[in-house]
Amino acid sequence: MIAEKRNDLTLSSSVASPNSVSAPVPDGIPPLLSVRDLWVDVASRRGHGAILRGVDLEVRPGELVGVVGETGSGKSTTALAIMRLLADSMRISRGSIDFGGVNLATAREAAMQRLRGDRLAMIFQDPRSHLNPVFPVGEQLIDVVRAHHGGRGSKEEAIRLLEQVNLPNARTRLDTYPHQLSGGMAQRVMIAMALAGKPDLLIADEPTSALDVTVQAQILALLRRLATEHRLAVLLISHNVAAVAQVCDRVVVMYAGSVVESAPISPLLDEPGHPYTQGLLAAVPRVGAHARDMRGIPGRVANIFELPSGCCPFASRCPAVMPRCTAEAPPSFTLGPEHSASCFLHD
Amino acid sequence: MTEMTALDTHNVLLRTEGLTKHFAQSEGLFARRQQVVRAVDDVNLEISAGETFGLVGESGSGKTTLGKMILRLIEPTQGRVWLEGREVTALAGKDLQAFRAQAQMVFQDPYSSLNPRMKVRDIVGEPLVVHRGMKGAQLDAEVARLLELVHLNSAQMERMPHEFSGGQRQRIGIARALALQPRLLVLDEPTSALDVSVQAQVVQLLDELRRELGLTFIFISHDLALVSLLCDRIGVMYLGRLVEVAPAAQLFDAPSHPYSRALLASVPRLEPGTLNAPAIGDMGTSVALPTGCRFHPRCQHCITGVCDRLDPALLALDPERAVACHLYDRAIQEQIA
Repeated sequence: MIAEKRNDLTLSSSVASPNSVSAPVPDGIPPLLSVRDLWVDVASRRGHGAILRGVDLEVRPGELVGVVGETGSGKSTTALAIMRLLADSMRISRGSIDFGGVNLATAREAAMQRLRGDRLAMIFQDPRSHLNPVFPVGEQLIDVVRAHHGGRGSKEEAIRLLEQVNLPNARTRLDTYPHQLSGGMAQRVMIAMALAGKPDLLIADEPTSALDVTVQAQILALLRRLATEHRLAVLLISHNVAAVAQVCDRVVVMYAGSVVESAPISPLLDEPGHPYTQGLLAAVPRVGAHARDMRGIPGRVANIFELPSGCCPFASRCPAVMPRCTAEAPPSFTLGPEHSASCFLHD
Repeated sequence: MTEMTALDTHNVLLRTEGLTKHFAQSEGLFARRQQVVRAVDDVNLEISAGETFGLVGESGSGKTTLGKMILRLIEPTQGRVWLEGREVTALAGKDLQAFRAQAQMVFQDPYSSLNPRMKVRDIVGEPLVVHRGMKGAQLDAEVARLLELVHLNSAQMERMPHEFSGGQRQRIGIARALALQPRLLVLDEPTSALDVSVQAQVVQLLDELRRELGLTFIFISHDLALVSLLCDRIGVMYLGRLVEVAPAAQLFDAPSHPYSRALLASVPRLEPGTLNAPAIGDMGTSVALPTGCRFHPRCQHCITGVCDRLDPALLALDPERAVACHLYDRAIQEQIA
């Protein structure tokens, strides 16, 4: 049922610099994760509606895929759906999540329990709130290692993991408490825990949003290195387009529960096909530009409880809106190799 | 001895001298030990009228505390502030109230900085009632003018804050800050709670207001790209100290302080493969500050015996730039040579 476990994550010495972006992954490699037409419904006091509307995305081994979008775009919901950690008010209503031959959308909870932390791992925005404040971090990390590999050599393995995520003085750090670590160090500890089960896929949900810019760059470099050197598939969820652009192989742009564009990073930045992507990129402040050059996107994101299903979710804010945009949902049009956008401009 | 930098000393709107804030922090079981957090230490600044001055630095560097001390929203432990030649730190009573009309603040979180039980008319109009004694039709007309100034529909003044989006709420916060026609506006991360597509609109509005109303801004932000496109001059803070002050273009072209260099190298750019992780360590979380230069434990250029012992002063590099780093201190460099 589960494909054979991947090669070990041990550090090899003769490897590319952590800052270099890997060569494009050849098309021949089958995706490790393949999400197809994923719909998630939400029922709450505020209403009933679809929070994800047909999400498609895939990640190959060794690939770092960014998911970008603004508040309410559904990027975190996508991650939680893959992990099957959705809130009680949400459920997967349609679609499939193929992960190495297993459909996570329909897998039993017992099977998910075995996959989580083992082949599927996730890290979050605020690392310190995910560590237990009353135990030293080493104890918590060793517990995780022990759960995966048994007790023998678990301390040495914990130290190796901390060294792998470049935590300085790994051995002495085992005795420190979470509050004694800076945000960046705590995030490294979280990544070490996530790697303890030697996962195939790491989902990083806004892993650097709570961190300062110098530390953010270091954590992103670490994620890039894990993908490139250890063939780890990484799904990096972020609202920060510029941060994602620096390290990702491909980017998926989400808006109001839908994937509006998906492309390798260079074509996405050079020739964005969807008006939302164009607006998003134009709104990112750039060093050397002027405030007058900044372009926002007028209006606000549609409320998912009010958004009709048979239309483009961006229609109400789109500068190039056409009558058919509000009459039917645009399918995905191919713009180039691995580059597609859901916009009738490309019909 | 610290030097001060300014573009035009004849046109100084704001000046600070030795501005310092220490907070007491309890440590240990039952708070038996008291420790002092030196949030801001000995900041000397001059800001010209009409200038937009950016304050950047990592979280915990003291940016917000400095901004609030300038407005006397936090009382400084030491040091003085002058606005238009009047000593703000000596004001009390009526004079202090009059000062409040001249210098205002826009807060980071547009959700918590507006009273959820007040109508927009009352939020924006409150300063006018308190300071100017306005009421009735005159008050309504002034609130309407302010809302239109920030591109909100004046017909919406009867609404409550929760009926507005984050970007609109921040416009309400800006309208409130502008109500008393201040000279100086301290903007504390005014767009960091907003989505990027909305942020651009608010930034354009601020730029427009500054030019049209001749306002002076202190713009506090951790987003360096944003600061670069809005500010004339930038001050870089590190652990409570101002470590570099320079015109924006010069700071981005040739940052002097090793910390500024690391900070600017880390700014994400919209280009694939440009990730530049600086080879500096992580900031510790300890309350105890490093001895000597506060950046020396993370600095690649640390001179042992100097940087770990002597606290560098902010010295003028040229008429426009100042840096607090022993690498630029001629006397120390000569001694080493």
